[in-house]
Amino acid sequence: MEGNVFVFCETENGVVIDLSKELLSSGKKLADKLGVKLEALVLGYNIKDISGQISKYGVDKIHIAQDERLEPFLTLPYNRIISAVFEEEKPQIVLFGASSVGRDLAPRVASTLQCGLTADCTRLEIGDHFDKKSKTEHKDLLLAIRPAFGGSIMATIVNWDMPPQMATVREGVMKKEVFDENYKSEIVEIDAKSLIRPEDMIVEIIERHIEESKVNLKESSIIVAGGYGVGSKENFKLLYDLADILGADVGGSRAAVDAGFIEHERQIGQTGVTVRPKLYIACGISGAIQHRAGMDQSAMIISINTDKDAPLNSIADYVIIGDLNEVIPQMIKSYQELAH
Amino acid sequence: MKPLKIVVLAKQVPDTRNVGPDAMKPDGTVNRAALPAIFNPDDLHALEMALQIKDKVPGTEVIILTMGPKRAADIIREGYFRGVDYGIMVSDRRFGGADTLATSYTISMAIKKIGNVDLVVGGVQAIDGDTAQTGPQTAEKIGYPQITYVEEIVDISDDAITLKRRLEKGVETVKLPLPGLVTVAGSYDNCRFRNAAKTLKYKYARTNTELSREKDYIKDILGKNDYLIIPEWGVEDIDADPAKIGLPGSPTKVKDVTNIVLTVKEAKVLDASENSINEMMKDLVDAHIIG
Repeated sequence: MEGNVFVFCETENGVVIDLSKELLSSGKKLADKLGVKLEALVLGYNIKDISGQISKYGVDKIHIAQDERLEPFLTLPYNRIISAVFEEEKPQIVLFGASSVGRDLAPRVASTLQCGLTADCTRLEIGDHFDKKSKTEHKDLLLAIRPAFGGSIMATIVNWDMPPQMATVREGVMKKEVFDENYKSEIVEIDAKSLIRPEDMIVEIIERHIEESKVNLKESSIIVAGGYGVGSKENFKLLYDLADILGADVGGSRAAVDAGFIEHERQIGQTGVTVRPKLYIACGISGAIQHRAGMDQSAMIISINTDKDAPLNSIADYVIIGDLNEVIPQMIKSYQELAH
Repeated sequence: MKPLKIVVLAKQVPDTRNVGPDAMKPDGTVNRAALPAIFNPDDLHALEMALQIKDKVPGTEVIILTMGPKRAADIIREGYFRGVDYGIMVSDRRFGGADTLATSYTISMAIKKIGNVDLVVGGVQAIDGDTAQTGPQTAEKIGYPQITYVEEIVDISDDAITLKRRLEKGVETVKLPLPGLVTVAGSYDNCRFRNAAKTLKYKYARTNTELSREKDYIKDILGKNDYLIIPEWGVEDIDADPAKIGLPGSPTKVKDVTNIVLTVKEAKVLDASENSINEMMKDLVDAHIIG
């Protein structure tokens, strides 16, 4: 296949979000492997010093579209511009972040371009694929690897006949790495004004604000969960304190819910919600199979328990033997010291 | 207020919360037969949203549409039991093996055949694939604007619906002009239970494929009650281009599949001392897990 590797860069108030930078680092590796260039496509308004923000990740060319109608994000004008750029530039690979923006936008773009899209990849590689049906060897394809089927399998997805090869990647999966502080990118301004059509602006944003979320543990990347061992509703306040500073959400086991320590909508396990955060901090949870079924796909598990033989400890990465009333305040203190 | 015509997209999915070792076929595809089939959870929330609009706007028609193998007719019956007006199965062997692009094309052709649809609603994602792609791709193909991750209806007027949608760190209130497409999140209101009278009324709703294998008395009931026949639309019924459906219409192909094997981890066991907790927290920050 021909064409460069493109990364869609999402901006917030003129600043490229971290997830997009992670993708640039990942895209750089793919581009190097293929011997092609890395290009970034940035949309937004009042974007400050775009070179200063992203060139260092090894970006050869930056396509930038700025218009007041591109902040905040709206599906249709974004799709209009991105599809137009890709039709012109014919990328080989395109990466989007699997954020609420990326997961809204990327499928619309893929449908417009009639190409393949693989969601929520956890690994991206370049490799060959032999198609048994047509007995054809396809060289240097994007191998888009993702969990499927409730996380019980990893599937490798390829697309050799309907370019570009597109993928979305979850936050935190790829590592953000500076390639060269002095890397220089060519900058191309996209004429957003003439691309956006009136019919792209029919959806109206009435209000937009950050507020306390209705509980959605499935989307949480860090969860602090408590069990019966937390002891009381009052003690759960400690878990909320830890969650606050880590940017985490709080959940509970069925026993904690039944005891009235925490609301039902926060229940994790077979009869509650299934979660797979990158970090799961279990506090005073013994780890019945019903609970483990709802969280054992967590990337990392810390179990805090006074009982060293709690079943949950057998799937944990860290086991802290101790009283959570001492352990949690210490974790908060340690984190605050590290953060400064 | 003007009555609306609403299509609910619903999928029958294997219950991936209970995957056993026999769930995968050697070729890497899912052996759906080995798993209990359920109504995709997010789609139940979407159904509730449609029924809530029907409650508020008299005369509104709710049509449930499912694409899948023959046994997915369960989804249509479940829709009837909970209050939809009409159900349609999109089912044909040639639709099999479709990725989201081919699926959204197929669904879009069925929506076009229904015609004059004001609002399409579906769950954000299905638990078998978790891609969240079919909604936006269907919207693109029927030329409707889309609102994803919806968790609340704020207002409905004749030509627009105002919705709250979930972002990573906040909430957005947006006004979607109709016609439009909405994907509904799990944080939306739970779906109402079955209605006893409707459950009785639609108990024998069958597709013709199902009916051919039924006992005579059921055939008699359906012979006298047309409304119990669930229509089955195949490739020709929706005027689908065979090159755009099923495997041939799917750009993404599964190269291979590996099972996740759960093993007992070797945990680092720590005491509750300040030092060991400091060290652990430092590891977590260094590994970009927190901070």
